[in-house]
Amino acid sequence: MKEKYLINARIIDPKNNLDELGGLIIDSKGLIKAAGRKVSNGNLPSKVEKIDLKKQVLIPGIVDMRVFVGEPGYEYKENFRTLSNAALSGGVTSIVSMPNTSPAIDNVSMVDFLKRRGRDKSKINIYPTATLTKNTDGKQMTEFGLLKRKGIVAFTDGIKTVQDPQIMLRIMSFASQSNSLIIQHAQDNILSDGGLINEGEVSTRLGLKGIPSLAEKIIVERDLSLLEEYFCRYHISQISSGKTVSVIKKAKDEGKIFSTGVSINNLTLNENDIGDFKTFLKLSPPLRTENDRKTLVKAVNEGIIDVIVSDHKPEDEESKRLTFSQAATGASGVETLLPLALELFHNKSIKLMKLIEAITSNPAKILGVDKGTLQKGKDADLCIFDINKPWMVNKSELKSKSKNTPIENRKLQGQVTKTFIKGELAYEKI
Amino acid sequence: MAVIKKLKAVKIEQNHLLGIQDISFSQVSDILKQAKTFITLNKSSSKKMDILRGKTQINLFFEPSTRTQSSFELAGKRLGADVMSMNIVNSAIKKGETLIDTAMTLNAMHPDIIVIRHQDSGAPNLLSQKVNCAVINAGDGRREHPTQALLDALTIINRRGKIEGLRIAICGDILHSRVARSNIYLMNMLGAEVNVVAPKTLMPHSIERLGVKSFTDMKKGLDKCDIVMMLRLQNERMQGSFLPSAREYYEFFGLTPDKLKMAKKDALIMHPGPMNRGVEIDTNLADDINRSVIREQVELGVAIRMACLKIFCKKI
Repeated sequence: MKEKYLINARIIDPKNNLDELGGLIIDSKGLIKAAGRKVSNGNLPSKVEKIDLKKQVLIPGIVDMRVFVGEPGYEYKENFRTLSNAALSGGVTSIVSMPNTSPAIDNVSMVDFLKRRGRDKSKINIYPTATLTKNTDGKQMTEFGLLKRKGIVAFTDGIKTVQDPQIMLRIMSFASQSNSLIIQHAQDNILSDGGLINEGEVSTRLGLKGIPSLAEKIIVERDLSLLEEYFCRYHISQISSGKTVSVIKKAKDEGKIFSTGVSINNLTLNENDIGDFKTFLKLSPPLRTENDRKTLVKAVNEGIIDVIVSDHKPEDEESKRLTFSQAATGASGVETLLPLALELFHNKSIKLMKLIEAITSNPAKILGVDKGTLQKGKDADLCIFDINKPWMVNKSELKSKSKNTPIENRKLQGQVTKTFIKGELAYEKI
Repeated sequence: MAVIKKLKAVKIEQNHLLGIQDISFSQVSDILKQAKTFITLNKSSSKKMDILRGKTQINLFFEPSTRTQSSFELAGKRLGADVMSMNIVNSAIKKGETLIDTAMTLNAMHPDIIVIRHQDSGAPNLLSQKVNCAVINAGDGRREHPTQALLDALTIINRRGKIEGLRIAICGDILHSRVARSNIYLMNMLGAEVNVVAPKTLMPHSIERLGVKSFTDMKKGLDKCDIVMMLRLQNERMQGSFLPSAREYYEFFGLTPDKLKMAKKDALIMHPGPMNRGVEIDTNLADDINRSVIREQVELGVAIRMACLKIFCKKI
């Protein structure tokens, strides 16, 4: 590989608190050789390959901590190849895959399968998670140590929550021995039983059973209490309500060590968007009130919430073209994560550095993977975007196999133009 | 030069009755006015008209129903329509067909009206997007039951002359009730003051946002009311953890002569049926010909449904 010189860009690297005009050099092994203002046109050899980025923004490749892949079992919804293409077009170079497949990722042989498929069919980095409990049944814990040794980065039951406090306690206790990361999707089953959307005026009007925000808060409070006695690496997958933000803020102020994520959907949409029973907005956790949304946005800006995820959950049209209660839960979104997040920058809700941090260096740090930075010597996984480019989301142009975007026809500002993986140009917007 | 005429595809806006929330005051007035003319017709010896002759009406009931289904069937027949009631138990839906596929199949038979009842809130809305005939909601989940509210309004108007300025109490299982929701919207639209009375466990979240006052003390809720609407308490709620027992419910939320004293002396008692005597209503009160208009509700139901079929069958 020849050395590449990316010049005339706005370089943002949250890990090194870098935001300046300059360039980036990719060495012959696909690693970052230098980044920042020192890489400028003036002091480069004249005969090398230079790519003029025309003042576009260059950030580390995005690390998306919550992505559902259809393999194995739901290949018709998404496979590694379509996921890889979708992710690259959104500047996402690393994903954490959820274990809710069929069969579920709960044993060592499944991990081998995933790694092989991921390597052969996709260009992006796949960081697989395994379940917390066998077949996500919430009863028997999985082999944390063995699975971690095989390359599992974190453990989660994905769309499910470990309901039994005794089992959760033992999971935390046992997983800490192997220093495993536990990710919890926080929702109490009984309080949310049969629930479809946020409990409130909208659920009353639509006649749909509500999911109270209490269902989320109570699990977060429980887990944080358990954490006091049974410390482990603990991450809350994605929260939806302002009440939970208060709990998290308080716990962080008390010095508890854990991290929290939020889905881009909960930051940019609210329950009113469901309108006339739009099943594409049936999500878990549900979209809540505008006040909840504002509180979540503020919490990202203040660093109370650490990570923004796409919660990319591809669902085929057939499972969405049903009545609201029968329709599948989840929305596709890996390719619109950054552009949609930029909406929060353009409307001055979240500082750009914070936003980038929440999708690059923070998730990398929580996962303990060597990504999400432009530091010298690291893989040149890069995302380059035109921060002002206006465009409209068109279902048919999405790369993901399933087209269940919750933001069809939404006007966005900011589009990914180039994505590099290990120094290779893997995507270019034509 | 040859002139090429461009034929513009005109999308015919279809008019549906999906809920009281979705129709206007003038539509409500039209329905009530039209229904009044059918009341006398329904009492005459020759009840058949030919307003809907040649039209096809399909009743699609996914939930068991006696009075609503027969009321719609009779209404269609009296207007001269060809009425077909689908028996869901024997249909392809039981074989796993989705609502949309069923709708497409029925649509191919060119019906003019589909009357639908479904256990899922929003099912009529979904259906209306996929067919090119009028869709009338005969009850969806816990969302709306517009013709029930309209027939309640007609019953009140028939007795009291108007709805504006009346105080109406809706009592019972508000949480699971589509009748309550449709009545809240309609009675508010027609200028009544609406109180809802229910135990906290059966009161929907943010119900006040729908423009009502909520009460857990039935006596306070019935204070100076002109109309007392009782709702059916479904037995499964009793076995669940919503209520301690039927006895406790009856004591605090059942309509008894003692509680009724709080309402106006001539207050009318209504119930959408079927009734649980001794659970939500005292059996003598239910049959009190001076107070209870429960049978009249059923009678006027046919007139209301005739009016709805006539008005919504017309394509605008």
